[in-house]
Amino acid sequence: MSIETGAEKQPIGAVMVVGGGIAGMQSSLDLAEQGFKVYLVESKSAIGGKMAQLDKTFPTNDCAMCTISPKLVETGRHPNIEIMTQAEVMNIAGEAGDFTVRVRKQPRYIDPDKCVACNDCADVCPVIIPDPFNEGLAPRHAAHKLYPQAVPNAYAIEKLGISPCRDACPANQRAQGYIALIREGRYQDAMRVIKMDNPFPGICGRICNHRCETACNRGLVDEPINIRALKRFVTDKVYAEPRPPIEPAERLYEERVAVIGAGPCGLTAAQDLVMAGYGVTVFEAMPVAGGMLRLGVPEYRLPTAIIEREVQDIVDLGVDLRLNTRVGNLDDIFEEGFDAVLIAVGAHEGIRLPLPGANLDGVLINTHFLRDVRLGKYENGSPDAPALGKNVLVLGGGNVAIDVARSAVRLGHAVQMACLEGRGEMPAHDWEIAAAEEEGIILHPGRTFERILDNGAGGVAGVECMEVASFSFDENGRLHVEKVPGSNHVIACDTVIFSVGQRAGLAFIPDDAGVGLTGAARIAVNPNTLAATRDGVFAAGDSVSGTAFVVEAVASGHTAARSILRYLQGDHLEPPRTPNLPVVRLSQGEIDARVARGEITPGARVPLPQLPVEERIASFSEVEGGYDDESAQREAARCLACGVCSECMSCTFACGTGAIDHNMVAQDETLRVGALILAPGYQIYRAELSAEYGLGRYPNVVTSLQYERMLSASGPTKGHVRRPSDNTSPRRIAFLQCVGSRDQSHDYCSSVCCMYAAKEAIMTIEHARAEARTGNGDGGVKCQVFFMDTRAYSKSYEEYYRRAEQKYSVEYTRCRISDLKEDPDTGNLLVHYSEPYAGNNDVVQKEFDLVVLSVGMEISDSVKALGRKLGIELDPYGFCHTTLFDPLQTSRPGVYAAGPFREPKDISESVTEASGAAAAAARLLAPARHNLTQLREYPAERDITAEEPRIGVFVCHCGSNIGGYLDVPQVAEYAQTLPGVVHAEDNLYTCSQDTIAHIIEQVKELNLNRVVVSSCTPITHEPLFQDAIRQAGLNPHLFEMANIRNQCSWIHSENWDAATNKAKALTRMAVARAIRLEPLATTEVTVNKAALIIGGGAAGMTAALTLADQGFPVLLVERADRLGGNLKHLRYFVSDNGINGHGIHLSPREFLAEIASKVKRHPLIDVHLNTEVLDVSGFESNFNTRLRHNGEVTQVQHGVIIVATGGVEYKGTEYSYGTDPRILTQLEFETRLADGDKNSLPSSVVMIQCVGPAEKYCSRLCCTTALKNALKLKHLNPHADVTIIYRDIRTYGFKERLYTEARRAGVRFIHFDFDRKPQVTVGSERDASLQVKVQDPILGRELALKPDLLVLSTPIVPSPGTKELASRLKLPLNMDGFFLEAHVKLRPVDFASDGVFMAGLAHYPKFLDETIAQAQAAASRAANVLSQETMLTSAQVAVVDPEKCVGCLTCVRICPYGVPQVSNSYHGVGDITGAAYIEPAVCHGCGTCVSECPAQAIQLYHSTNLQTLAKVDALFDIWSTTTAGFVPIESIVEASEMPSDRSPHDGSKL
Amino acid sequence: MMDQNFEPEIVSFCCHHCAYAAADLAGSMRLEYPSSIKVIKLPCTGRLDVLFVLRAFEDGADGVMVAG
Repeated sequence: MSIETGAEKQPIGAVMVVGGGIAGMQSSLDLAEQGFKVYLVESKSAIGGKMAQLDKTFPTNDCAMCTISPKLVETGRHPNIEIMTQAEVMNIAGEAGDFTVRVRKQPRYIDPDKCVACNDCADVCPVIIPDPFNEGLAPRHAAHKLYPQAVPNAYAIEKLGISPCRDACPANQRAQGYIALIREGRYQDAMRVIKMDNPFPGICGRICNHRCETACNRGLVDEPINIRALKRFVTDKVYAEPRPPIEPAERLYEERVAVIGAGPCGLTAAQDLVMAGYGVTVFEAMPVAGGMLRLGVPEYRLPTAIIEREVQDIVDLGVDLRLNTRVGNLDDIFEEGFDAVLIAVGAHEGIRLPLPGANLDGVLINTHFLRDVRLGKYENGSPDAPALGKNVLVLGGGNVAIDVARSAVRLGHAVQMACLEGRGEMPAHDWEIAAAEEEGIILHPGRTFERILDNGAGGVAGVECMEVASFSFDENGRLHVEKVPGSNHVIACDTVIFSVGQRAGLAFIPDDAGVGLTGAARIAVNPNTLAATRDGVFAAGDSVSGTAFVVEAVASGHTAARSILRYLQGDHLEPPRTPNLPVVRLSQGEIDARVARGEITPGARVPLPQLPVEERIASFSEVEGGYDDESAQREAARCLACGVCSECMSCTFACGTGAIDHNMVAQDETLRVGALILAPGYQIYRAELSAEYGLGRYPNVVTSLQYERMLSASGPTKGHVRRPSDNTSPRRIAFLQCVGSRDQSHDYCSSVCCMYAAKEAIMTIEHARAEARTGNGDGGVKCQVFFMDTRAYSKSYEEYYRRAEQKYSVEYTRCRISDLKEDPDTGNLLVHYSEPYAGNNDVVQKEFDLVVLSVGMEISDSVKALGRKLGIELDPYGFCHTTLFDPLQTSRPGVYAAGPFREPKDISESVTEASGAAAAAARLLAPARHNLTQLREYPAERDITAEEPRIGVFVCHCGSNIGGYLDVPQVAEYAQTLPGVVHAEDNLYTCSQDTIAHIIEQVKELNLNRVVVSSCTPITHEPLFQDAIRQAGLNPHLFEMANIRNQCSWIHSENWDAATNKAKALTRMAVARAIRLEPLATTEVTVNKAALIIGGGAAGMTAALTLADQGFPVLLVERADRLGGNLKHLRYFVSDNGINGHGIHLSPREFLAEIASKVKRHPLIDVHLNTEVLDVSGFESNFNTRLRHNGEVTQVQHGVIIVATGGVEYKGTEYSYGTDPRILTQLEFETRLADGDKNSLPSSVVMIQCVGPAEKYCSRLCCTTALKNALKLKHLNPHADVTIIYRDIRTYGFKERLYTEARRAGVRFIHFDFDRKPQVTVGSERDASLQVKVQDPILGRELALKPDLLVLSTPIVPSPGTKELASRLKLPLNMDGFFLEAHVKLRPVDFASDGVFMAGLAHYPKFLDETIAQAQAAASRAANVLSQETMLTSAQVAVVDPEKCVGCLTCVRICPYGVPQVSNSYHGVGDITGAAYIEPAVCHGCGTCVSECPAQAIQLYHSTNLQTLAKVDALFDIWSTTTAGFVPIESIVEASEMPSDRSPHDGSKL
Repeated sequence: MMDQNFEPEIVSFCCHHCAYAAADLAGSMRLEYPSSIKVIKLPCTGRLDVLFVLRAFEDGADGVMVAG
């Protein structure tokens, strides 16, 4: 069991725990307490695991969240536990004691250190997805907290990556974001996110070439989202509102930038630069700004008003726009004092092809023509616009050519177009061509332009063309055309407009300006930085790239601005490399699956209205209409939300602490640890894979985990069970067991399903009864469980199961159902089954309203992958392979496993194993204890006892959580008027790091001696603020909180005044108590490092070695004359993995010899044989125990106790035991099989299960032992006939395989119930045979068996003397005589009394591996105490004033922990000898004794009567004038005006 | 008889471990109850002294609720 590490080499004192469920948390807490640094790696955004999802826990029906929540908080706050969320282990190197582990942390997009969990991000998040925590039964936002009590108490954003629409957009427009916002009708927000990346949304919403739509995943379903139309819709909505004034950007820097050209590129850059704090001047040669948008794009596509609006929005930021200002020379700009220049002049120079006749009158150029149209020259009849003839021919086939043609149509001309390309090859968009044709434009595609014919008067008569056979461009970009010979023809026209391309006009850049040009007359730039060849000169847009779309100009403008910023700030010009977020591209398969699951409903685009052709050609009115609200929202709802998070950035704007960063990327961290504990948990069986159950197809079939969420008061139905199909209350519920367990693909039992089904049925009926009591139903709900064997095998489980059956009338039907169908009319489910065990083989049909599938446990693919990465051995199902003697050790030394990862198991066993694994790791790393942990240093405490109260009150807005529902500043103002308050203020987030620092400062500066925070709940936040005032030098008990969020703003959100008044009252009450708070001291007790272990069996010896190997001395007390306990009697193990550390198979006796020898040889283990414990006194950390050995009494001192007194096999008189040598117990039978004559083996054996006390509790071992022995006999004598008469075969977990094996081997099984027990007759003289009569329910008749041997499976009962020991140690027993743990689920090896632990059969019957794990767990819990040098007692303890004590023993009797004692060392009232004493080291601080003490002799520090009564009084605005303790209260109340007109009370009880 | 607008002032003594946490959850779930209910936290309902109840009534409470 021990790992040898190099003697000299010190191991690393840190452990990585993988999995943040209940097991991982327990391992972490134990190790951190014991002085090891813990890295807790969790794949989700919060710890808590499956247990956090559960409603209640069996068998106590405790609320799961209520029990796990304190553990969550403890784990989250432990200084030595570092929680790594959304993290996974990538790889591992090294060996036990020194591993190097690489962990990848996925981005959560919210910094948990800055997040104050105010929910503001989720409030504004438009993305709604099914909530996995609620198993898909409720919606959730992409910005979310896993569940309300999550730790870390921080939000996360679910984002798979960038949506393809954003990725495709040159300007990185967050299209998914504004689409989501449009769907919600949040148009202003949508506009805001668009404007973050694009200052021209109205323009792009009309004329963008929308690559986003090409990339849109929706195209794989039907048609892409009409993103461009949605963008236009938003701008139309927003621009229809009055334009809000725009605040000029703040000028931060002296430097000025000149931008040449007021097109989309130049203006984008100007905006970015002015927003960054620089001075910007834009020079524009034209009389209007907007560049090509204003002068190239026709009005019918892009109304002027839109351009003017968007240009003005930029100008108003403080950009100096100089129109009609042509830049003549670059040098002039620099001379004017500009520090940088951006050339963004666009491409306004149209190209006139060098054809014959190209210079005739009536030959026009596209750019000039469009500009003249746009400037209204044709409509105004301006003389400087060239006249158009009747028949216009446009040469060119691009989008601009179409614009030219359609503009000419609108001016009333007949228009034709001719172009080189064929009809299908034209560069113009198809819809543009179609629209042109609709408007009567005649197309002549596939033509060359040979020459322009002269009409004889210097004008145009037509263009001679030839037909094109084919054309191509060579590598120099030169055109090669193959013409159809003899195809010459003339297209008659009187005006020709060239529209074959544009280029930049760069005349202002002289050759000697130092700015280089490319061959294609563009400016030469570095493509990354857009820097031209002259320092300080940049160029962007069409003048660099050639003609492009407006969104590319925008993107180019942004790039140039970023580059110029770097230039001006002296940074390296090249942009910094940033990792890219992944792009979410869905495959057709994924799309089809989502359609199949009903998540996507196919449906084409919502159509857009278009202007009729006749209206179009009559004017320059906009052709395309926009969506109305309804159609826009409908179109937006088609979005598939590819990235989940839409990056709408609403959260970024809403977050008041700046915690959100959408650019986070995955990060790897490399850590050194000495050991790893794997507790990754399980996933539930995906029951949709078993199609016969209809999960996913039938809405009223749910999984048990979904059902847990329904039952949970904080679940989607608030604890009301509702049918998913119609939200009605089901009255007939079926639970189907073994779904994904004990079937062809799972040869194991999932161990927990029987119990949770019983629990869910009980809770269902409880809920129905409660609803009936409140008049919401008649309580009439029936639950029926279809099962094979009920596996109620653990402590109190049998009793719980019987309660379900008897007290709650849950109907148990022993069968697997044969069929399940839905009635499509009602949604009800028709279940077909037969009941062979009830003697009925006919198939019957029963109708249910709801079916719950009790799904089993599986290991997820990611956990299997983890196993492979760590190189540990897994079984074919992915469960971790471990061995019998070292059950928590994986196949890799230094790596341990706990929980369902080893084998399906429940919470209490997972917690046990978690502690056990911690002990195994601690044993390995003990030399490095405290090497890496740290204690927080605090300044010396200020003595305030002589000071009058000086209270500081901090009232929290909690973002809008409080501030949005009540008047926080008014509460703070009011607090200022309260007695004792010297300072009050309100804070946006009182718990944020900066406010905490501020509070510390205020305490020091204003000499505050008490602090009140009015904010949220003390359960999560009190420790944080207490820590803050400690840092300010105050005793932490001088702090008080008022919960004005959970108890006020969240509850009374509809009533501002009521909430404000209540917040004032709560604050007033807190102040009243704060006045009376006193500094309290904790005392230190030195810990005795020795452990007393009672019992020398497997449990005791394992615990002893586990502790002694860590350096703690052990006193091992054994009543018998040798060590070994039940190991002495055991002859075979159940499984064949009883392998020791050297890989050798050991029998039970060999194992005993090995472990006993280790114990005896260990220098730190002091074995006391033949020794009994007489009594124990003292408390955790310092016990005194008297031992008796051979009549001699000795006293020992120790810090902890482990009780491992074991159990024995029951021997009673049931079934004639003791009257005939042929009737044996299992242990006797086992001995006989092992030691007896192999030639006289019995040929027939009957075994009877559940004998004697096992009728009351399940002894857990007997079924498996019976199978073990039956198989052993079958092995020795294959002809032997074995019959097992049983109630349920409870082979839980992997033991199920033994059951399968026994059935295969021909072992016969006959079921019985306690009301029809088998009858045993020992035989008379006439017939000496042994006879067992039993009713076989399947055959429907009584069988009379005559076996050679009858073997009784008798249970384990507690060892003799357990009851006496329990009373000597004052420890509780359960009804069956086993020791009772502090909490079945979460403290399974602790006693309620601190410092005392248990392990082994004394706790409950269990197998050897379970005993070893539990003993390790007990050792771990003990080590939590032993590894401390001193223990701090709590300050909130009860203290007796002996002078008032009458020694009545009320406190002794009432204390739930048995702490008070009447001691003769004290003298009570009247100086009588004997007064109560409460040991502060053990007091739990509940105060029960205080309230009960008739003499009022006890007070509870920090919860005195005076403190509580002050609160009650203050609620009614009554201020007590009583002097109490050291606080001169009168002076405070006198000093401030007493707000009460009522007579003051005498509060001087204490 | 009863005044329609009568809102009883209720003092609720809650156990730190269970009922107080339940009241927190009620807030998280945005459940509603009248603002005239005020919670006073006790370390355990065992700490409830009859004096607290009497004082609440004496001060003017219309009802006292103990939850734990």
